[in-house]
Amino acid sequence: MPKTLPVVTSNVTTRQKSGIGSALGQVRQLSFWAENAAPIGLIALVIVFGILSPVFLTLGNIQSMLIAASILVILSVAQSFVITTGGIDLSISATMTLGAVGFGLAYQANINFWLSVIIGLASACLVGLVNGVLIAKGKVTDFIVTLGTLSAATGLALILTTGKPIVVSSPELLILTTGTIGFIGYPVIIAAAVGAIAAFVMFRTRFGLHVQAVGGSEEASVANGVRAGRVRIAVYLICAFLAGVGAILLVARIGAAEPAINTGYLLNSIAAVVLGGVSLTGGRGKIFGPILGALLLTALANGLTLMSVSPFYQPLAVGFVVVLAALLTRFRKK
Amino acid sequence: MTTPSNDYILTATDIVKTFGGVNALRGANLTMRRGEITALIGDNGAGKSTLVRCLSGIHQPDSGTITLDGQVVTFSTPLAAREAGIETVHQNLALVEDLTVWQNFFLGREKTRGFGPIRWLDSRRMKRESAVLLADLAVNAPPVTNRVRRLSGGQRQAVSIARAAGWGSKIVIMDEPTAALGVQETARVEAVITRLKEQGVAILLISHNFDQVLRLADHVWVMRGGLAVAERRTAHTSGDELVSLITGALAS
Repeated sequence: MPKTLPVVTSNVTTRQKSGIGSALGQVRQLSFWAENAAPIGLIALVIVFGILSPVFLTLGNIQSMLIAASILVILSVAQSFVITTGGIDLSISATMTLGAVGFGLAYQANINFWLSVIIGLASACLVGLVNGVLIAKGKVTDFIVTLGTLSAATGLALILTTGKPIVVSSPELLILTTGTIGFIGYPVIIAAAVGAIAAFVMFRTRFGLHVQAVGGSEEASVANGVRAGRVRIAVYLICAFLAGVGAILLVARIGAAEPAINTGYLLNSIAAVVLGGVSLTGGRGKIFGPILGALLLTALANGLTLMSVSPFYQPLAVGFVVVLAALLTRFRKK
Repeated sequence: MTTPSNDYILTATDIVKTFGGVNALRGANLTMRRGEITALIGDNGAGKSTLVRCLSGIHQPDSGTITLDGQVVTFSTPLAAREAGIETVHQNLALVEDLTVWQNFFLGREKTRGFGPIRWLDSRRMKRESAVLLADLAVNAPPVTNRVRRLSGGQRQAVSIARAAGWGSKIVIMDEPTAALGVQETARVEAVITRLKEQGVAILLISHNFDQVLRLADHVWVMRGGLAVAERRTAHTSGDELVSLITGALAS
């Protein structure tokens, strides 16, 4: 990619071009804070926790934070595609659970590792296909459809496993969790690759343009020959596929495929997208914003843990941050 | 009523369209001459929109023939009409506000480059081409990297018209292009329409504004009750005559 990605970096470039005086002027405006909520929040958290906790900025902690963030980063990117079309995928974490269970069951049945991965991804994609077809062709509200598949996929995972976790111990998964390039773990590299490919797809391809167009105005897009139904099915499929990728990383991390509900991932993936400055009404695609949002939420949880704040306070803090970010988006420039 | 000749870029003959018992079109006719602006006027419910929608492929007529450039055509989709060379500027303009001008310009017809199945948008080329097409038509052309949300009504209209004109189209249909605009913006859009005519594109103009019709168009078709009841050369008619043709006070 020879040029910078327009949507995400536009603020940065304009700030660099303008002098210090106008940069200060921008800072005084609420819209500046609104458009850069995720990076500003992340920097603020890093500074605050860096001062309060001596461990926070150590290499080891940064490494573990990045690894902890990798699944959420992938899910946030996935959710961002759906939300850009003006939809929402409430089934994302249940899809991940089903993907993990599909992978676990396949591996337990002595199927080759990579084939098991494919089965895991396929079982996740099945949920995405159902979501997409019901929403695009059945014209059912996204909220209701994905709420339904959230429940259905969770139930299916429980039925298939009879509610028990499937222990998966494979050398490949061990490499996935422990392997590094330099000091960066494989999960982080996978998440970064997902982010880079997603940014390319969203901002550099015809499909990405159509995703944003359908989210902006389905009527106008269709009048210009965009096949909105296909685009909608595709974003739910992409979302589910990435949830499947997250599922493999999750199994690798836990060492088992658990039929757990993982509600935290669902809420945090939406929260990260909102923090990243994506409007829930769709139309403006963003990838780096949601990634920064995911990093922020992970840093928040990590910092609070390091400061021995009871984990009971973490949802409270996350809720506070998300509502604040949502409030700030009201002041975003159109 | 008229005899087909090579002079006509488009003829629609005996177009019938019924919607669940309502006869929107009862055998309407329309001709458009090459290189001219043809106006289509009529009261609300006269069938103008339905006829236009049949020409732009949104509706399929129950019967009747449409001849484009000497060939009988049928359009199953708006895309088919577009591919045949009929572009429509809808009243709502069909622009996506969150996208930039150039993205809207090429929406659905993006230029890509790359190798094999891996292709990406040729943004530079699309920006350049849309800027040229826009500058050719409009004096107050907005920068193509602006988002449509930030454009004025007249600029949006110009973008929409330039987009319709930019594909080597034979006919551009405009549905009330200045209905929502102020005086200055209307003048600018009319300049765009005139400029487009000078480029040799035949234009079908749906308008309620008789002054505008008399000012811009070469030929007028009047519709009433699902039929094309009269046609006039604008040089040989007046606003009063058009009003009486529309209301039926004057027989064709």
